[in-house]
Amino acid sequence: MNDALLIWSYLSEGPLLWLTATLVAYVIGDAAFRAADRQSWANPVLIAVIVLALLLWLTGTDYMTYFEGAQFVHFMLGPATVALAMPLYDNLPRVKKAAWPMLAGLLAGSGVAVLSALAIAKAFGIEGAALASLAPKSTTAPVAIGIAERIGGQPTLTAALVLVTGIFGAIIVTPLLNMLRIRDWRARGFSVGVAAHGIGTARAFQVNETAGAFSGIGMGLNAVLTAIIAPLALRLFGG
Amino acid sequence: MIGTLAIILGFQLVGEVASRALALPLPGPVVGLILLVGSCLLRPALADRIRPATMGLLQHLSLFFVPAGVGIVAHWELLRTHGMGLALAVMGSTVLAIAAGALAFTLVARWTGSEDPSALKDTSDE
Repeated sequence: MNDALLIWSYLSEGPLLWLTATLVAYVIGDAAFRAADRQSWANPVLIAVIVLALLLWLTGTDYMTYFEGAQFVHFMLGPATVALAMPLYDNLPRVKKAAWPMLAGLLAGSGVAVLSALAIAKAFGIEGAALASLAPKSTTAPVAIGIAERIGGQPTLTAALVLVTGIFGAIIVTPLLNMLRIRDWRARGFSVGVAAHGIGTARAFQVNETAGAFSGIGMGLNAVLTAIIAPLALRLFGG
Repeated sequence: MIGTLAIILGFQLVGEVASRALALPLPGPVVGLILLVGSCLLRPALADRIRPATMGLLQHLSLFFVPAGVGIVAHWELLRTHGMGLALAVMGSTVLAIAAGALAFTLVARWTGSEDPSALKDTSDE
């Protein structure tokens, strides 16, 4: 028993255990996603997060300890963002042709995301820092946290809301746009990138490469626009 | 694979330095993305060289969000106290924003004649 405790204390101090756990949890999530015939409700991020959250709870491990191992995976968000250049380059003729539709989709999607979120939260009596934390939730996590800090939100709450938005958007986008009979892959991808950032973009790439390319552009453009409209919208709702 | 990773990290590094040095509103990786597209336009051979490993990286984009996602455990209490309102605000606004964005995109594509028949979803699989 003493040996097991020694091994545990050794493992819990290095990055190996939680790095491995993160990859295994994702493999489980991805396998479940494939087993569910790539249905959007079986989102691999959601499944992996649930598996890891349970594991942390069972072992009494706090998030900081976990993140020391998982940060190597987290770091790859940066290179993966740079890598979005590839589908963008490959789809450049399509992108040039779609400048006006993209502008319209950006203004509508970004504006509605911020204003409707604040309106619904306000109706439930949410005010102050929580309201400010909500305003940038459709943008990619590092940008959203920067905006939240500037307008008086709580960065930690914003990070959680960004995650929930991304997973929900990734789950809802396919049935929602099928219902609305939107067949244009460019519109399908772009709108989910604007509303549900990188997790929506990851979902778009699972379905169609053109959708993924437009989703990446939507995410990037929305990061810039939300930085401008979130403070204005918050003032409108008296935050 | 390693060569491609070095190229991508190089662009991220340059992007990060440019973003900070010039106080740009864009995060470093996004600046790196723009520089990489520009470089591929100038030298199409670069695109062909890095395409396989880059697309492989993007196939598993979901994985890279998992560590930040697990961060939700640290804010569980905070989320529970604000409860229903935040959940409904997130869900309602996401549905509305996706619908508004996609509808605005397709309407303007029709008005400006910039529809693209090669980018249409095959409806037979619905």
